[in-house]
Amino acid sequence: MSSTTSQQTIDVARVRQDFPIFSRPLPNGADLVFLDNASSAQKPQQVIQKEVDCYERYYANAHRGIYQFGVAIDEELEGSRAKVQRFISAAEPEEIIFTSGTTMSINLVAYGWGRKFVKPDDEILINEMEHHANLVPWQQLAKETGAKLNFIPLTDDYRLDLSQLDDVLTKRTKIVALTSMSNVVGTINDVSHVAARAKSAGAITVVDAAQSAARSATNVQSTGVDFLAFSGHKIYGPTGVGVLYGRRERLEEMDPFLTGGGMIDRVFRDHSTWAELPAKFEAGTPQIAQAIALGAAIDYVSSCGMNAIQTHEVQLLKHATASLAEVLGLKIYGPDQSHKGAIVSFTVDGAHPQDIASLVDRKGVAVRQGHHCTMPLHDLMGVSSTVRASFGMYNSEADVDVLVDALHYARKRLRLT
Amino acid sequence: MFPLQSMTIDELIEQFESLEDWEEQCDYLIDIGFDLPKLPDEHKIEPNKVHGCQSNVWLVANTSDGDSPVVEIQAESDAMIVNGLIAVLLAAYSGRTPQEILDTDIKAIFARLGLDRHLSPARRNGLFGMVKKIRSIAEQAA
Ligand SMILES: Cc1ncc(COP(=O)(O)O)c(C=O)c1O
Repeated sequence: MSSTTSQQTIDVARVRQDFPIFSRPLPNGADLVFLDNASSAQKPQQVIQKEVDCYERYYANAHRGIYQFGVAIDEELEGSRAKVQRFISAAEPEEIIFTSGTTMSINLVAYGWGRKFVKPDDEILINEMEHHANLVPWQQLAKETGAKLNFIPLTDDYRLDLSQLDDVLTKRTKIVALTSMSNVVGTINDVSHVAARAKSAGAITVVDAAQSAARSATNVQSTGVDFLAFSGHKIYGPTGVGVLYGRRERLEEMDPFLTGGGMIDRVFRDHSTWAELPAKFEAGTPQIAQAIALGAAIDYVSSCGMNAIQTHEVQLLKHATASLAEVLGLKIYGPDQSHKGAIVSFTVDGAHPQDIASLVDRKGVAVRQGHHCTMPLHDLMGVSSTVRASFGMYNSEADVDVLVDALHYARKRLRLT
Repeated sequence: MFPLQSMTIDELIEQFESLEDWEEQCDYLIDIGFDLPKLPDEHKIEPNKVHGCQSNVWLVANTSDGDSPVVEIQAESDAMIVNGLIAVLLAAYSGRTPQEILDTDIKAIFARLGLDRHLSPARRNGLFGMVKKIRSIAEQAA
């Protein structure tokens, strides 16, 4: 992937050559069929090398060195911030805060903005498809401020029922928090619509883009959101780093969450004043090498083209949906393909998801089983766990076929006929 | 394969050691899981659930009357590999006196079966959740 021009389609064979993980077979000789991308994605050589280069060639702490040698690290780090800014179409690089991940980003909003502006009897609007990372922080905020949690009802196929938005979005709503894509049923939510409605009700919108950031183009300005969070490790980047985007106005008005070095303007004996954005929210030594390598991940997916990645995954989803239907007793949860991305959660009649996941693992297929950090959603679905196959840019239709064969094998092994 | 109820833990370990690799051993767990006596539905209630398991596991125990009472354990999961693990636990514990249960070095048994290496941390947690429940039943009966 040396070219920087966007391509129309994904050449899977070529892409896979960029990912060292696929160059070796598993210990049992099978090829790795990695279908746990919603959890975390594999890393291309370009990302790995970027992090290695940082440590081998120009590593120092950020923002501190007057020495010549320290200039490179700041240039790289701020260069990476600018890449993130362009990647999500933010107005300015100062609106990009490096965090440890989506979870940290959402907590930062819940503490920094929520604790300051949410008052007793205010309302926070969430819904039951959210990952616990975009649910529990709001429960805690509600508990501590005396605010009330409201829920946008879900349709029978696990989409937001926006026809009922008027009933739950009120004058008292301060925060609307929603995911742009469900990590379980794959539902793609109409973030622009919700953000516009929230704005006219006087509420801010917080978007969990952990899944969508790797799967389609993100534009924080055209969608009109106030905050947006995602994780580096799910977009083929390093672990330990994530992003919080905040509109300048919001970031200016909120309080810092972590305090300490790097985020202050002036410290007196008994009080302090805060640094300008983005430093105000980046206390302590940042995730330097990871944030720099995140820039390489963004370069990588951008050079492949987010539209090409999306098209490729839609194709995979189509093939997966059709092929999985051949497996007896298999039930896919979620909306039809036109409303979702390439994340497929399912159950197989008569088989526990745990047994299914263990047995397909024998064929080299890595899928996740469990509640996928969405217990309320599973309560709605009426099952305590599901099997989840989630696709990435390096997956092929052949991977889907291996999964389907492995599922037939698992059913047989579990004596299902 | 002999009927499970009559299999001792030593016989089970021997059977396990004769198998080629973990895949075969796992198949064996599935098979003894299928042979595990079903727990009557009336026992599949919240108070009998074992905590720490990713699947549902229900476990009940009865202590017999008499001079040297033994603990009879029945358990079932909705996951088949877990049923195999339950079968292992029953071979180790069921029909023993409370003191025998408390004296059993279950970690050594798991190690001989290779379960310490082959089970994921989540599964190991679930397994030790069952061990904990059985031991607390034995403590009450001792
Ligand atoms: C939709 C969604 N939100 C939030 C998270 C949490 O991300 P992280 O663990 O990187 O903080 C995840 C990942 O598991 C996710 O899928």
